[in-house]
Amino acid sequence: MFDRRLVEDFDWGLLLITVLILGVGLSVLYSAVTAGDCGGVHPLFKKQLVWICGGFIVMCISFMVHYQFLDKGSVAFYTVCVGLLMAVLLCGKHIGGSRRWLALGPFTMQPSELMKLSMIIVLSSVYSISASEHGLSFKGLVKPGLFLLIPFMLIVNQPDLGTALLLLFIAACMTLFVKVEKRVFYTCLGFAASAVPLVWFLLKDYQKSRILTFLNPERDPLGAGYHIIQSKIAIGSGMLFGKGYLKGTQNALSFLPEQHTDFILSVLAEEWGLAGCSFLLLLYFLLLLWGFNVSYCCRDKFGSILAFGITIMIFWQVFINIGMVMGLMPVVGVPLPLISYGGSSIVTNMVGIGILLNISMRNFTAN
Amino acid sequence: MKSPDREWLKKRLMPGVIIILIAFVVLFARLVYLQIIEGDEFRRLSKNNCIRLKSVEASRGLIYDRNGVLLVDNRPWFNLEIVLKDAVPVNETLGKLADFIGVSVDEFTEKIEEKGRFSRYKPFLLRKGLSRDQLAVVEAHKFDLPGVVIDVKSRRNYIYKKRAAHLIGYLGEINKKELKNGRYSGVRAGDSIGRSGAEKVFEDLLRGKRGGEQIEVDASGRLVRVIKRVDSISGKNIFLTLDNVLQQKAESMLKGKAGAVVAIDPNNGDVLVMASAPSFDLNDFIGGISFKNWNALISDSKRPIVNKAVQGEYPPASTYKIVTAIAALEEGVIDKNRSWFCPGYYKYGNRRYRCWKKWGHGEMNVLDAIEQSCDVFFYHAGEETGVDALAQYARGCGFDKITGIELENERPGLIPTSAWKRKRYNVPWQGGETLSIAIGQGFDLVTPLQMAVFIAAVGNDGTIYRPRILKSVQIPGQNAVVVKRPEITGGLPAGRKTLKIVKQGLFNVVQGERGTARAIRIKGIDIAGKTGTAQVFSIKNRDRHDNESLAYSLRDHAWFVCYAPAKDPVIAVSVLVEHGEHGSTAAAPIAGEIIKLYLKQKGLMDERG
Repeated sequence: MFDRRLVEDFDWGLLLITVLILGVGLSVLYSAVTAGDCGGVHPLFKKQLVWICGGFIVMCISFMVHYQFLDKGSVAFYTVCVGLLMAVLLCGKHIGGSRRWLALGPFTMQPSELMKLSMIIVLSSVYSISASEHGLSFKGLVKPGLFLLIPFMLIVNQPDLGTALLLLFIAACMTLFVKVEKRVFYTCLGFAASAVPLVWFLLKDYQKSRILTFLNPERDPLGAGYHIIQSKIAIGSGMLFGKGYLKGTQNALSFLPEQHTDFILSVLAEEWGLAGCSFLLLLYFLLLLWGFNVSYCCRDKFGSILAFGITIMIFWQVFINIGMVMGLMPVVGVPLPLISYGGSSIVTNMVGIGILLNISMRNFTAN
Repeated sequence: MKSPDREWLKKRLMPGVIIILIAFVVLFARLVYLQIIEGDEFRRLSKNNCIRLKSVEASRGLIYDRNGVLLVDNRPWFNLEIVLKDAVPVNETLGKLADFIGVSVDEFTEKIEEKGRFSRYKPFLLRKGLSRDQLAVVEAHKFDLPGVVIDVKSRRNYIYKKRAAHLIGYLGEINKKELKNGRYSGVRAGDSIGRSGAEKVFEDLLRGKRGGEQIEVDASGRLVRVIKRVDSISGKNIFLTLDNVLQQKAESMLKGKAGAVVAIDPNNGDVLVMASAPSFDLNDFIGGISFKNWNALISDSKRPIVNKAVQGEYPPASTYKIVTAIAALEEGVIDKNRSWFCPGYYKYGNRRYRCWKKWGHGEMNVLDAIEQSCDVFFYHAGEETGVDALAQYARGCGFDKITGIELENERPGLIPTSAWKRKRYNVPWQGGETLSIAIGQGFDLVTPLQMAVFIAAVGNDGTIYRPRILKSVQIPGQNAVVVKRPEITGGLPAGRKTLKIVKQGLFNVVQGERGTARAIRIKGIDIAGKTGTAQVFSIKNRDRHDNESLAYSLRDHAWFVCYAPAKDPVIAVSVLVEHGEHGSTAAAPIAGEIIKLYLKQKGLMDERG
């Protein structure tokens, strides 16, 4: 039953913001991979273009089909993603000491990215039935807890602590959003607080050292600490209006290969200054508000919770990444959505926005 | 009906919006702090990329012999590098540089073109290993050469060049695959790792951990200050079980020959000597061996690259009679007194299997047969014992399997059984073949190391030790620590009675009136051993005493295995000289010299004689 209203109600605003952010991302990426290099257009840039085109295709697919189908297929999708994560642990590609990638011909994919989406969908599906004004009881948390724990453990094992924590934050936010009973909330809080010293006691020395370095990059002056210093210099040296496009110098030398992935904001900040960064922050802020608005306007619980979950996923990535490059947060492998180089991240976020568009254009009353 | 159910949910969005707003305000405030408040300072630091990372190399562990004689150390090595971004005008700088160090400028430009895509901000390696003179010129004209950097690295220095080259081994640059597989932690592209010998198998001990410095430099790249430093950790020093003096002796005696010498301490398996000839200069491998040198090494018919002590498989010849004697005694085929008459040949079917002594040894018991190496006696003994029983004893003696020394690519040799032959060639075992293998010919193949381990076990009354080359490990500045106790891998399949007979026979080989190695008798030392002369090529009716007229490659291999002193031995030696013809003349004297030297060193030589 194709409805004309689908076209009339299409959310052009959301699409526009997305395209703007992607555009900013491409121009910054171009600068990041070109600077200081001898040779023509960098293959990474071309690869990213291909990914974005692919992203648009899957984005279209993800708003064509009614999002209610996601509700029905949520467990299947989730199972596939967990399967992929296991495949990564068994036969994944080693890069820099961890197994996060699966090789697919010339491309590699990172199933943990896809996992975020599938967990959001499955939690939305669960909560759309169990959530009520009274809040969730302990019993109501068992199922979502399991849905979180399985991928969480698999990703911790890769090891990719950053993505695992991201998963935890998203799940926690979604749970708080659908409300839990007060006593459940305080019990969980108390439990978490008491578990921290206990876990710390059980950890081996090298693990402790790794976590301390994670929390305080200065402990690793040749690795993360150096990245942070370079990143801060790059951002700070941009000053108010930046050094001009393609005129940045920091990104040329210091912290390959992360300059085009997780640390890409420092390139933007150096070349466009506070003005450019503010513009990007504004775009992200608009995107997030828009996502909340989609959630607000949606007429069923599933869509509402789903839109909230996706929005909060984008929020955490933006906040952690930008906080990290400015030295406010631990150095974790969380990319900047729609901007950082990396196929899995681009595709995942574009599918997420596709789902937001999907929910947004079907929010007319069904009467 | 649906709507009121959802109103409460909508209200819960508001806190979310507020939290996001706060988060963005925090991010924005941080941006303002970095870009406006601290902006000037960061702008200053960003000029010329002031904060840089400098790697601090870790020195590789040194290698000593068992007595603390330094065998391998490190020397500085100067690499010429250029930062293209600083080296403007590039062509002029390259031209001057080429003039100063006396090479063609094309060498540099070609190198740069070859590399293709790379960062103009990073040092690019122009030339490895500058000579002292070149270094002096470049340093003197430093200010005419913008962007030119001398990178000081340390390289290996093999003090005795060819000495124990196979055992010590060389380094080579790590390749892409090894970088990826995660086996070598903390190693970067361009680093060297052990490629053979001890350098390879003890890589993890020898390799240190790289450190680094966060430094601030000024506009022309000069150091302003060190911001942070992580010290490198030196690799551990290792002490080999090798005795440098004995090794030198062995190598000098093998000079001009192809072959191997292995000496082992029978009481713990320490490898005192492992020489393989011809050898090669380990220093040729530093910074990558030249094509010419490599070609010369691999095309040499004497195979200098091969460690013949562990990779060379040879027919054991008469040295294998020890195994046959053990098997026949243990199986009850012979006893101390059983004898056969040797007329100089053994007629089997319609073929005559000859004894090395044309006119025969006469009546022989086992002691006589070992002493004089009578083939006919062992034809009889081997035939009655049978091929499969012989093989079983040989395995028990450590043959047909690797000894388990730390070195890589050890060969297992071969001891045939009837089943093996059926499987391999699809033909049944022939009775005559048993005669050949009983005297260590035919399919039998052993390595000089296996032979050394075996004869050491005979000497120490039956204990087979795993041969080892690592004596102890030292963290620089601390005491050397023994990391492994001697390891027993088995026992000879021979009772005390059997061993006593065999050892008496071996004693007679050197000390007896008619012993085949009586020529190497040394005053004051009782040596017990066994000679061997391995046929490489069999010619019908060939006169075994007319070897001199044969081409080098067709001549027999010479073996000698022994231990000393005969009672409570402290050293066991196995010598193989390829195409050396006679064990008694080509191989035995080498063993004799090594033993003499070692026992003198140990103060065990009875000079009164």
